[in-house]
Amino acid sequence: MSSIRSNPQRLSVLDRPNSYIGKTVPRPNLDRLLQGRGSYVSDMELPRMAHVVFLRSPYAHAEIVSIDAAAARRMPGVIAVVTGKELADVITPWIGVLSHLKGLKSAPQSAIAVDRVCWQGEAVAAIVATSRAAAEDAVEHVGVEYRELEAVTDMRTALDPATPVIHASLGDNLAFERILDAGAVDQAFAGSDAVVEAEFIFGRHTGVTLEPRSVVADWDAAEARLTIYQGTQAPHMVQNIAALHLGLREAQVRVVCKDVGGSFGIKVHIYADEMATYALAKLLRRPIKFVADRVESFNTDIHARDHRCKGKIGVQRDGTITAFEIDDLTGIGPYSMYPRTSAIEANQVVNLVGGPYTTKNYRARARVVFQNKNVMCQYRAVGHPIACSVTEGLVDLAAMKIGMDPVEIRRRNLIADDAYPCASPSGLRFEQLSHHASLAKIVEMMNYEALRAEQAALRKQGIHRGIGIASFIEVTNPSAAFYGVGGAKISSQDGVAVRLDAQGSVICQTSITEQGQGSQSLTAQIVGSVLGVSMDRVRVILGDTDMTPYGGGTWASRGAGIGGEAALQATKILRKNILDVAAVILQSTPAELDIIDNAVVNVSDGARRIELDELARIVYFRPDTLPPGIQPEPMATRHYVPRDYPFAFTNGVQAAWVEVDTDTGFVKLLKHWVVEDCGTIINPQLVDEQIRGGVVQGLGAALFEKCVYDDRGQLTNANMADYLVPMSGEMPDIDVGHVVSPTRESELGAKGAGEAGTAGAAAAVANAVNDALKPFGTMITEIPLTPQVILSALGRI
Amino acid sequence: MKAAAFAYARATSVANALELLAVHGEKARVLSGGQSLIPAMNLRLVAPEVIVDIGDLAELRGIVVKGDTLVMGALTRHADLLKSSDIVKCAPLLGAAAAHVAHPAIRNRGTIGGSLAQADPASELPACMLALGATIVVHGPGGERRIAAEDFFTGIYETQLAPQDLLVAIELPVARTGSAHFFQEFARRHGDYAIVGLAAQAMLQGDRFADLRLGYFAVGDKPVLAKAASKLAGATITPALLAEASDALSHELDPHEDQQATPAMRRHLARVLLARCVASLLNRPDLNIGGRS
Repeated sequence: MSSIRSNPQRLSVLDRPNSYIGKTVPRPNLDRLLQGRGSYVSDMELPRMAHVVFLRSPYAHAEIVSIDAAAARRMPGVIAVVTGKELADVITPWIGVLSHLKGLKSAPQSAIAVDRVCWQGEAVAAIVATSRAAAEDAVEHVGVEYRELEAVTDMRTALDPATPVIHASLGDNLAFERILDAGAVDQAFAGSDAVVEAEFIFGRHTGVTLEPRSVVADWDAAEARLTIYQGTQAPHMVQNIAALHLGLREAQVRVVCKDVGGSFGIKVHIYADEMATYALAKLLRRPIKFVADRVESFNTDIHARDHRCKGKIGVQRDGTITAFEIDDLTGIGPYSMYPRTSAIEANQVVNLVGGPYTTKNYRARARVVFQNKNVMCQYRAVGHPIACSVTEGLVDLAAMKIGMDPVEIRRRNLIADDAYPCASPSGLRFEQLSHHASLAKIVEMMNYEALRAEQAALRKQGIHRGIGIASFIEVTNPSAAFYGVGGAKISSQDGVAVRLDAQGSVICQTSITEQGQGSQSLTAQIVGSVLGVSMDRVRVILGDTDMTPYGGGTWASRGAGIGGEAALQATKILRKNILDVAAVILQSTPAELDIIDNAVVNVSDGARRIELDELARIVYFRPDTLPPGIQPEPMATRHYVPRDYPFAFTNGVQAAWVEVDTDTGFVKLLKHWVVEDCGTIINPQLVDEQIRGGVVQGLGAALFEKCVYDDRGQLTNANMADYLVPMSGEMPDIDVGHVVSPTRESELGAKGAGEAGTAGAAAAVANAVNDALKPFGTMITEIPLTPQVILSALGRI
Repeated sequence: MKAAAFAYARATSVANALELLAVHGEKARVLSGGQSLIPAMNLRLVAPEVIVDIGDLAELRGIVVKGDTLVMGALTRHADLLKSSDIVKCAPLLGAAAAHVAHPAIRNRGTIGGSLAQADPASELPACMLALGATIVVHGPGGERRIAAEDFFTGIYETQLAPQDLLVAIELPVARTGSAHFFQEFARRHGDYAIVGLAAQAMLQGDRFADLRLGYFAVGDKPVLAKAASKLAGATITPALLAEASDALSHELDPHEDQQATPAMRRHLARVLLARCVASLLNRPDLNIGGRS
């Protein structure tokens, strides 16, 4: 690890003896999970709990003529069959728009379809029974008469006058359009030595969480209170929205989030079937469990990507990039998702293209259209993989055109490490990035020159290997600029409360959530380090709207940077409060005392003066022994939100080394490297595994994952045999290196790391494949890079 | 994703299993390793009224060599193919193929009899049976039938097995001196069903094939014993002859289209496999012509 800026004074509270910051320590929840003591929603059993199964539309677009549930209602174990019309009395519809995305429109969406279904998989009726099996038996006996309507499936023709308009009230199928024109693009292209164009195609794919979406909703009619147990990334958001649409006050809704088996952005949205489950609990006055099965997950978990983006780049013979231009098109399904909307990904593409580079000339158009396919929304690294693949694909095309090495063209165009603060043509503000330090580091890690020599030698033997490089920037630590300013009640601040318990241990309640990325660990590391107690004395409580401070949760690479800073600031207060009372007990001054290794010690000689458990005993049980007027405060709470920058941008670079079998079209991933800069690293292992996990999801997009729809809007590979997630056998070793540029906005200095891997992996692989295929004069700008795509490009089939 | 309700019977002997099948006929399904049947039931693609579980039938287990014949009980698991020294000696092609069958958890439960009875055209073992000239031993209401592998597979998920039949064993000729094998498949991920695969068994005589049996899979509705092999047997192989055989193979195959590949891509990959197979078995890298004519 190398640091391009070190500022020891700023890190003083973290840089204490026995600090856990920057150390790989085991996660506190590891033993529990490995011993099978994890507690997931599907583990829950409540008295009188019933199970809901949704009858889902087999058509992509159809009118519901009639629903006959009489036979199903007579089936054994069936408690109720509820249609969309009936449920509409309990829960109101919603529209997924945000006011800061100008012109974004969508139609009202109901928890269960009323009169019309708009995608294959949309819920048409809820069957509630004593078991999932009984409900599935009954589903087969609900008779629904549909009148099939023409389905809008191809995004390229969605706006044609001849294409039916999915929601007549909206006038057309255009959900959102954004146009940006910065600098002097036409002039720049006209003055360029070369201009290269390409169309980049991205498959629609999804997150495939190990644990499917799951909810238990429990309406307590006596208390008039709804408890929602749900694996969600944003408990307070769920609380707000459930209350809003069920006609309750937020205080009447409690959201409890226990262990979560992966989320990746899949579990940060409000889904119709989950809303229906809340409403059913209220309607039927009993706990209702919904656990999506794998087929339902493919048909209803949000999909992502599915872009067609035309790109253009201008370049001078000396490698100077003169301008970028893009025209992006994406299809989002029939509704903009609630409440984060389905326009964010395209908006991010516009924001991020060209982001690592110095050129100020940039023009972009993005159009977001409705289709009769499953809904689309934010999935890990929202927009970044598109923007990075387009940008880096264009940069490689430009390099190829002028005969320049891909590393060299980047060296000549990446924003200089001493140029900050600065802004991108799309208005993104960068506090401090480290593109050049990162590029230098990855070139060294991968031994670039040796790899080029190896490539040349193997090419003579008919072995085609390629190197792909992709620089990227990443949005992390979002302020209210992401959602709050657009009117969504999604908190961008987070809160942490820490208290000393009666035996000198610490209980910490935080509003960020844990879905496997290590929120619990990093919080305990910060609290333990700042306070001076060992991690085994820190218990972290998260995921309960009744128990934790109010906050956003864990998404958009924000947990460590925002929740971590709140933990740091709260713990500083608690430390001060403890030293205040210790000084009274010890007849000393706070300045002469410190807390180290669970005891109050002298600053001067480190002598242990009083153990924290003894101090706690006095505070809680013998305050009568303290001088008059002393009121110890053994609990502290702080909230934090970034205020200086809308987002804390991070940066990095990835490199792929691949071999293409030109006879079969198969790509073998030989090695992958990442250098990224997420500022202060709290736990190196957690950061590295976040990067690796993210890379693997990006490699999935590059080679394997695609939701295949037919022209009638049927998802044809909604199972784990036909939808190919990346498996360990096909994954390369992934080496991760770091450059550290802490953000000055927070004392902690941490930026996000959760999405960096996904942001650039596919771009690196696509560039590597094209590098390998260079002797064949072919260029592929479509992912996934399937054998069929590669053999076709090579003219072998 | 819960199976519809079904009755369950655990057979106590082959005779008992046959009785149960005779009573229930098409309403029953035989449960062996359960690696295809149970997922299909959970997806409600099939809803048998009765499951006849043969998992307890010790008489269907075991691999034995009887003279020139290797006999494998129907309940032999895929994992056993990887561990058995008899397989290594007498039918090493099966060991090579088994490594490509799904993943260890599935290989630990899935059985050979189940795989052959399921007759998925993309699975490995049916093609191996063609290449090895296996005999499938079936017990049914009329007694024992011995069916050549070439006749056993009749279509997609279809075989000569009637609903009242039980596949009990597989017999293979023991590999002789001079025999050689080749197995390769193209799958997007290790353990996936192949896009195209080839299980080949050869008898080498000097630098020629005395015999060559090419069992292709995932190239149509059932495994194919390629007739194009006859062009290569007994002859000195030149790139031109190989290309001729390759063209014959293209004509012979009638592959299907699915999400992984068009028929043209399957034909191309089948040719690539042929070249790799011949080059490998004869140790002639010059013959690895990569599917080209």
